[in-house]
Amino acid sequence: MKRRDFLRNTIPAATILPIIVGGFSIKAYAADNPMVKALMGATTDTDKVLVLIQLNGGNDGLNMVIPIDGYGNYFNARINIAIPQNRILPLSGNNSTGLHPSMTGMQTMYNESKLAIVQAVGYPSPNFSHFRATDIWMSASDSNQVVNTGWAGRYLSSEFPNYPNGFPNASMTDPLAIQIGSITSLALQGPAVSMGMSITDPTNFYNLIDGVIDPAPNTPWGKELTYIRLIAQQTKQYATVIKNAAAAVTTQGTYPSSNDLAQQLKVVARLVKGGLKTRVYMVSTGGFDTHSSQTTVTDTTVGNHANLLAKVSNAIKAFMDDLEGLGVSDRVIGMTFSEFGRRIKSNSSVGTDHGAAAPVFVFGKNVHSGVVGTNPSIPSGATVNDNIPFQYDFRSIYSSILSQWFCVNSTDLQTIMFKNFQNIPLCVNGACGSTGLDDIYRNSGEQLIINYPNPFTESTRLTFKTKGGHTLVHIIDTLGRSIKTLTDKEYAPGVYNVDFNSYGIPAGVYYARFQNGAIQQVRPMLKVRQ
Amino acid sequence: MNRRDFLTARRQNTRQKPFSSQHSARTLSGLTPYSGPWGTEEVVHLLKRTMFGATVDDVAYFKTLSTSQAVDELLNPVAALPSPPVKDYDTTGASTPDTTVAPGATWVSDYNTDGTIQSRRRYSFKRWGIGVMINQDRSIREKMTLFWHNHFATESVAIEEPLILYKHHTLLRTNSLGNFKALVRAVTIDPGMLRYLNGYLNTNTAPDENYGRELQELFTLGKENNPNYTEDDVKAAARVLTGWRIDFPTSSSNFNVSKHDITNKQFSSFYGNTVIAGRTGATAGDAELDDFLNMIFNKSVEVSQFIVKKLYRWFCYYTIDATAQATVIDPLAQIFRDNNWDLKPVLSALLKSDHFFDPLNRGCVIKSPIELSVELCREFNVTFPDTVSDYADAYGMWDFIMNQSSINNQEFGDPPNVSGWPSYYQAPQFYELWINSDTLPKRERFTDTLIENGYTRNGKTLKIDPIAFAKKLSNAGDPNVLIDDSLAILYRVPLSDTSKATIKTNILLSGQAQDYYWTNAWNAYLANPSDMAAFQTVYNRLRDLYKYLMNLAEYQLA
Repeated sequence: MKRRDFLRNTIPAATILPIIVGGFSIKAYAADNPMVKALMGATTDTDKVLVLIQLNGGNDGLNMVIPIDGYGNYFNARINIAIPQNRILPLSGNNSTGLHPSMTGMQTMYNESKLAIVQAVGYPSPNFSHFRATDIWMSASDSNQVVNTGWAGRYLSSEFPNYPNGFPNASMTDPLAIQIGSITSLALQGPAVSMGMSITDPTNFYNLIDGVIDPAPNTPWGKELTYIRLIAQQTKQYATVIKNAAAAVTTQGTYPSSNDLAQQLKVVARLVKGGLKTRVYMVSTGGFDTHSSQTTVTDTTVGNHANLLAKVSNAIKAFMDDLEGLGVSDRVIGMTFSEFGRRIKSNSSVGTDHGAAAPVFVFGKNVHSGVVGTNPSIPSGATVNDNIPFQYDFRSIYSSILSQWFCVNSTDLQTIMFKNFQNIPLCVNGACGSTGLDDIYRNSGEQLIINYPNPFTESTRLTFKTKGGHTLVHIIDTLGRSIKTLTDKEYAPGVYNVDFNSYGIPAGVYYARFQNGAIQQVRPMLKVRQ
Repeated sequence: MNRRDFLTARRQNTRQKPFSSQHSARTLSGLTPYSGPWGTEEVVHLLKRTMFGATVDDVAYFKTLSTSQAVDELLNPVAALPSPPVKDYDTTGASTPDTTVAPGATWVSDYNTDGTIQSRRRYSFKRWGIGVMINQDRSIREKMTLFWHNHFATESVAIEEPLILYKHHTLLRTNSLGNFKALVRAVTIDPGMLRYLNGYLNTNTAPDENYGRELQELFTLGKENNPNYTEDDVKAAARVLTGWRIDFPTSSSNFNVSKHDITNKQFSSFYGNTVIAGRTGATAGDAELDDFLNMIFNKSVEVSQFIVKKLYRWFCYYTIDATAQATVIDPLAQIFRDNNWDLKPVLSALLKSDHFFDPLNRGCVIKSPIELSVELCREFNVTFPDTVSDYADAYGMWDFIMNQSSINNQEFGDPPNVSGWPSYYQAPQFYELWINSDTLPKRERFTDTLIENGYTRNGKTLKIDPIAFAKKLSNAGDPNVLIDDSLAILYRVPLSDTSKATIKTNILLSGQAQDYYWTNAWNAYLANPSDMAAFQTVYNRLRDLYKYLMNLAEYQLA
């Protein structure tokens, strides 16, 4: 958006009517606002959806996608859990790679060209701690870097930079991201707030009351109080659209019962079909930390891991069939991921310890089906120290999906992902390349801070709107460190400028963080070399 | 402290330090012993942080002591340990039912391998655990026991065998205020932990790295040190810890030297290239374990900082800025080291400090689901069926409370994984993770249930008696005093005079302007408690008052 547009939109009396609904102040754009007019004819049919499926615990990729061409070394490394060669599920047109025998659903999807298998996905200097490795996958950071935001959260924040101020609104009535379950994950964390919302049952929301609202001071308890109130407000506002979306879908395909992942995906299908414009859904299932009893002793094709893989395969297959039946399969792709794979060599507890790279599934009608990469090469006489090296950085998958599915341009991609990653042809969205919707989303909500120019080489001007009182604008880096304070003082209400001169700091992603009382907003910026 | 003092105190602090950090204003106060006022405000703050809620009776009791005496009493429990869980389950479906254990008698010394019995005992244990918190003694012990359950997090379903599950939690409780290093040692060879992190499968021919990793990453050193232990240290640690076994019938662990790796273990430069000499013989496991823990605890700055920060986030607030680091964390870590890993000196210094009682550190903890549900029961003195004579109904009610915290993401006995509940480690949101669009309505539904119709099971009802609560306050006949007294117990942050007036007028006075409408109604009830109309008049208004107060966001803070 140009600076002039920003200023026009910040003249509140003319275009924004503050109204009080149930004790909460909600700003709605008047109907004669050009933005609202522009939206009247907007269609949501082209809106794409990404479903992230997290497999908690570290999935043993080597028993999921099995190297047929290197079978001898594979077998010798893990005799007590190796899948017999004659039980491996073959893939159509591929003689070198097969699937675990319990993944018949994934096999069918592959043979119907709805599944891409990316081999040996990982990152340099892999971490073997569940928690750290999970954070790395969620935040898309380097192994030695601690980033407190999530990659999907950063994407949504770049699309909806004003969130949550002024949301929901006419151009985005729905949650930006939905996590099925009660916990919102790091992947959906934006620079300022979580961009996601959690639900377990879309048809049953308990009604929150309208309360008296005392002002919250700028203290720790004031911060927490403001946070809780914000959640209460959003819950009330989003409850109706979610209930309506759920109610609009009365019949769905069949999903396996007693399959927690299938039940979560069933909710996702229902909400997609029901018309939500939500772009990212996240579901998860656990139990993959198979240090022991990964298979039964007598038959390596059954046991804990086989049950887990069957659960994943059956759930995804049922989900894709349902989407097809509901007529929305064009709009959805999904991917599976786990914090790490497991060790090549099995242990004598009939299990595997924490390992490194592992395959990732990307599925959907619009994916480029096939096996990406080659089978991991397994040394003969693998030892306890041998791990599968990565062929593809997991962030290449994120980047590829963002650019190919969500049409994110290269500048934004670099801001979201912090650097350039290899592009892997994974999926296709014919709309990428056309433009138009972005500015509407980016202007939606209440814009409190913006910079121009962006990207910038040395200096950029920050324009912010304060409601008065203490106002802080400072620059933080991707690790969350404050590197420069631009202003930190009392202001009268109004629109102000401060300049950020970045001389002497390296090129890369920076955030301008605006704080006015308990209100905050963060603007991502990209410094590029001249 | 009244509201004006509260705001003044804040102003003074903010004047000293203008906002500059990313977070809301923090404070400069440090570990100097607190010498300010000792009234209801301060006592409620101390009790909500160190016990499950502040009851009217406990507040009155601790007000008679000094700050220092109150903290000393909290840190030195005198009550006996809670009596063990009892058989509250039927044995339908079990192939080898525990017929020798009578209903209502404890099962904790009766070993039984039947999967059905074991599953029912695990639930019995978890219900009991909630009951222990509700019936807690007047000390910090139960909050510390839960702290250790979060720190040395285990999942009952993975420990599986209920006798060692109970034994594990008893270990945490008996050592909750003792010596940290001794606790780490005991936990390392505790059968429950050996089971949970596969230590009992860790052998010389097939080392299992699970415990060796988490001991360093989650239990002692943390993962943020730079440099830190290496992957090779994890493997060497696993080899040190080989050979420990569980004897399930006796719920004990033992050391089997034939499963032990007797070679030397080389550690990285982080540990000064220490070599732990491989030992043979029956004492090899103990000797190497001692060497290993000595090596870890020699990284005394890292260990003390890690544990002190965790205690700080449990009792104070999750944000640790540079000032808090310098004035609170660093000196507390020093105290921890100087006292050879004894916990009480650390807790004493923290809980008696200016920093702990600083107005800026009050009210900023978001109640965990267990705190929310258990504290509601305790603060409103909700009546439960008798633990002994009516144990079956008591366990049934504890089951309800347990489920209420479980559906809001805090299941006692089963934290999500070995790192405990994310609200105590996951930056940047920490406690805020407890509250989202899924859990906030559920929390509200829980408080509404207990103040409205109550939770009924087997003919008994769990329900707040708002009249009994009001009667305990200083002057329930004056609507202003009634609201102030109620807020003093239930809230940790102030409501404005305008909001209080709105609540009084709309709820207690039903829209009337004069206070005497309420006073008259209350007196009419006291004069004739059996008059249904008089009773209903005050009951409905008090019910609506407390429902409303629990529905505001302020109630979620402690």
